[in-house]
Amino acid sequence: MSDFAASLIFIVLYGLSFGMVLFAISIGLVITMGLMRVLNMAHGFFAALGAYVTVWLMFQQGAPLWLSVVVACVVVTLLSILIERTFFRHLYTAAQLDQVLLTIGLAFLGAAFLNLLFGPNPQPSTLPSSLAANVDLGIRTVQLYRLFIVVLGACLMLGLWWLFDKTDFGARVRAAVDNRRMAEAVGIDVDRLFAITFALGCCLAALGGAVGYAMLPPEPMYPFKYLVIILIVVALTGFGNIKSGAFIAASVGIVDTGARFLAPTYGSFVIYVFLIGMMVSRHLRMAEP
Amino acid sequence: MTGNATPSRMRKYLLFPELWIAAAALLWFVLFPDQLSFGTSVLVTAIFVMSLDLVLGYAGVVTLGHALFFGFGAYAAGLISIYGWNEPISVAVAASAVGATVALATGPFVLRLRELPLLMVTLALGAIAFEAANKATWLTGGDDGLVGIEFKPVLGLFEWTLSSDTAYVYAVCWLCVCLYIARRIVNSSFGLAVVGVRENFWRMALLGAPVQRHLLRIYVIGGALAALAGALSVETVRFVGLSVLSVDTSIAALVMLVVGGVGRLYGALIGTVAYMLVHHVAAQINPYHWMFVIGALLVAVVMYARGGLLGLAETLAASVTRVRGA
Repeated sequence: MSDFAASLIFIVLYGLSFGMVLFAISIGLVITMGLMRVLNMAHGFFAALGAYVTVWLMFQQGAPLWLSVVVACVVVTLLSILIERTFFRHLYTAAQLDQVLLTIGLAFLGAAFLNLLFGPNPQPSTLPSSLAANVDLGIRTVQLYRLFIVVLGACLMLGLWWLFDKTDFGARVRAAVDNRRMAEAVGIDVDRLFAITFALGCCLAALGGAVGYAMLPPEPMYPFKYLVIILIVVALTGFGNIKSGAFIAASVGIVDTGARFLAPTYGSFVIYVFLIGMMVSRHLRMAEP
Repeated sequence: MTGNATPSRMRKYLLFPELWIAAAALLWFVLFPDQLSFGTSVLVTAIFVMSLDLVLGYAGVVTLGHALFFGFGAYAAGLISIYGWNEPISVAVAASAVGATVALATGPFVLRLRELPLLMVTLALGAIAFEAANKATWLTGGDDGLVGIEFKPVLGLFEWTLSSDTAYVYAVCWLCVCLYIARRIVNSSFGLAVVGVRENFWRMALLGAPVQRHLLRIYVIGGALAALAGALSVETVRFVGLSVLSVDTSIAALVMLVVGGVGRLYGALIGTVAYMLVHHVAAQINPYHWMFVIGALLVAVVMYARGGLLGLAETLAASVTRVRGA
């Protein structure tokens, strides 16, 4: 019985921490897709860059983790503003295929750029000793890092809930997601709103990549390697649905971790089957003839 | 202009464009006899990209999982040969039937999705097939791939040689057959209806066209041709590896198609040749630097040359005629 409880705690805690990282990375994409319907396949690059900058500052420059994470978020946010102004402007009215192609192109450029700067090998992903320590939960010991991520994810969720539910800015975003033309008609500058949320989304992706570097170690192919799982969260969450984002990300994390833990051989299929089932049952009605 | 296969004034000169393409391919045969195995892989890939063009370019089904059919065809051909049937032409036809079956099984729900759900489901189907092939080592050889594949001489006459000359001519013949089929399809009334579904789904539906049946038919044809390409790749290389099912294969085909020109019959061919030539020449350099090239190509095509190389050529030809006319 205590074996079962120990496994359960492992799955829930590790799945939840994985889910929180996924939540931070993908929530920006959920919002920007909801606002502008731009399929951004390059979103993983911002998380990758966040992870790279963090690891570089920590291991090459000896900076503490918190400072590295903050610097990574700032760097990525600035870069994302630049990229939004140069490339994404052209995509708002473009056909879906063009969006996919251009952003896949950007993801390729990003991966090549990461390789140029940091080399082809995966970066070190060891934790600072303060986070690598184990804590005893009574039934099972777990790594402090995982608890830290879960707590951070909970804070992030609260912060985003406050931002989107309690502030004027959040009300504007929700209005624009629900009905863009109506929002414009009442005087909301949706383009500006999009630029801000895009930068915010990239900042959160960088945060997720930065604190999750020990779970998703930085490597040049990062933008592609984790693209599918990020898109799974986005697709399951639905356009612009911020509230269910956290719940979906946590479930994806727990289902994936649990399936891989309980059935190592076939566990990796479970998340895809789950996705196809959800997509097909939810969207079949949308195109009847 | 997208979707218009050949401008009619060109059709007059090119009664059987396949013959011109065969002639060009045979010119390569004469000029570069030591590059035939590379040439064969270009021809086989061109068939695969053309099948993607039917589904994505003509029918507008934006899929990221087209390698599913290529991979099924490749493994089907490999397994059929290992289990004792080695006649290459019939194996290729059987493999394309397998691809058509897979398309028929997945199409009815894949084709009812749009946008992100469509993208995700095609991606997920591809990922499942890849994982399954990776895990089922007893059937597919897993990471090591299928080895020990042998085929009988083509038509009982032409032995498979080390210099790949048989394989090359064999691939040229198949490419011409596939081009002919694809040309007949896109120029038929069914082809026009498919383009209509791409351009305005609801309008076609309201006009009473059986849109889902049209989509399923073109999807099955695309799946069959992709599986045929997969089978040909096995017959000419005598090896199947996991990469035939990987997402990279789907994305590479997409890039080639975009470079050549989406929704244009010869876009697939020109894009494949251009992409693979550049890749072949640049093969020695760091693969990550090659990603700069792919990325820049994609961005450039979307931002500055929406019809790909063929679109550029059309624009150029149009401006030349305009200058002449003035």
